Amino acid sequence: MVMEIVCPAGTPAALRAAVKAGAHTVYCGFADETNARNFPGLNFSRAEMTEGIAFAHSHGSKVLVAINTFPRAGAETIWHSAVSDAHAAGADAVILADVGLLAYAAEDHSDLRRHLSVQAAAANADVINFYAEAFGVKRVVLPRVLSVQEIAAINADTDVETEVFVFGGLCVMAEGRCSLSSYATGLSPNMNGVCSPATHVEYTQEGGDLAARLGGYTIHRVADGEPAPYPTLCKGCFHAGKKTGHVFEDAVSLNAEQLLPQLRDAGVTALKIEGRQRSRSYVSQVVKNFRAAVDALEAGRTLPEGMLARLAEGQASTTGAYRKTWR
Amino acid sequence: MQQSNIQIPTFPRSAALALRVLPLLPISASLTAFSRRITKRSPGLFRRLGEYDRKRFILDPTDLPILLRLDANGGIPITTAHRKDPGDGDAKIAGSLAALLGLVHGAYDGDALFFSRDLVIEGDTAAALALRNAIDDAELDLAEEIAAFSGPLARPVRRLAALAQRITGVALMRPEEAMSW
Repeated sequence: MVMEIVCPAGTPAALRAAVKAGAHTVYCGFADETNARNFPGLNFSRAEMTEGIAFAHSHGSKVLVAINTFPRAGAETIWHSAVSDAHAAGADAVILADVGLLAYAAEDHSDLRRHLSVQAAAANADVINFYAEAFGVKRVVLPRVLSVQEIAAINADTDVETEVFVFGGLCVMAEGRCSLSSYATGLSPNMNGVCSPATHVEYTQEGGDLAARLGGYTIHRVADGEPAPYPTLCKGCFHAGKKTGHVFEDAVSLNAEQLLPQLRDAGVTALKIEGRQRSRSYVSQVVKNFRAAVDALEAGRTLPEGMLARLAEGQASTTGAYRKTWR
Repeated sequence: MQQSNIQIPTFPRSAALALRVLPLLPISASLTAFSRRITKRSPGLFRRLGEYDRKRFILDPTDLPILLRLDANGGIPITTAHRKDPGDGDAKIAGSLAALLGLVHGAYDGDALFFSRDLVIEGDTAAALALRNAIDDAELDLAEEIAAFSGPLARPVRRLAALAQRITGVALMRPEEAMSW
């Protein structure tokens, strides 16, 4: 079976670009704190979601609605409404992380397909099977900390479909459990839908250097002409004692396009592209590239050479944890 | 790891020199009228700015001797041309004219231009991102907007823009493939 390309859309224009470029499926979210890409100027109103889903369906593509932050106590109705509205808009599935919200969706919207978000950090077959039995989860988005061998081991022990990230911003943490952003800004992807929010980011030209700050802390300082990364703590360059370096990871993006045969053989159902905060140009280029790669794989042809390096953060890419040497 | 760079054309130096002598007042009046026309045709643009719809943006085409100040002004934009940075912008977006136009037309990805330093953001990063995302969603075509403004000269304007795009490599209009959808 052809692996499904699951493509990001931060705006209705990006959704149309994704569909046009050949995405089998598009994922997006409402313009509020219910999704983990709650960035300025992004996401969909209720009316835009309904129109976007109708457009995708009319061209044979599916739409998944990400409602993957964790509801605040006393404000659960915001998240419940998002699930109800996604259902009413005709979504093909919702992507959820919170156990309570999964229970709500399973009970009140039982015919709405449920996917488990990467934010749930489900990284072994036992926990994935638990989500399937308890809440009828049909697909899990795996965290970006697993090797190809580990993904194969999970698929051998579960009937739940697996979706893996193949391109885009590389979160190196157990997602849904990382609060690094909170320490510098008070806001985290888990509760507020934003990691290293732009409201707390500042770039200043200092002499020949570009300094990137998050919440007042200098995360990067790069010389003129060097690639400029976005200041996230996990990819920051720090001084500690007499050493200077990246503590967790360099400013790189994931690109697993050359690992598609191994991922298929490991039993992966869907290939996820990160980047709801990116432009329609990015969406179009990345989807076209991966669609060509997946089609070539199915036809037994050689995979096309990658052309996506310049779209990567820091203009550099890695295969992340998929090849074990990364850890 | 892989690395690569984007090649973006720059505005001809001699043509840029000519802009030094152009009077700013009529340019500003035309730009304001033009930006209000775009707002009328793409009302979603300023709606998408949300809480940033009263911000002032300095747009700095680094290969031109002028800067633009876009005052979002609650959806009734005021755009003015300046010889130097007026210093009252909330956010500044700087890059070559070709980079800025390519961004508007969806030919380039904003983050990629930023990573490669072809685009520089200063000031209120969230406001700059909101503007970038709103413009990306609006699917603007500046050549088409000018043509619609030009009455009987619309067809020659379109042809001229297409020719200039072919010769210079600068994205002066939306890609044809995007328009057919």
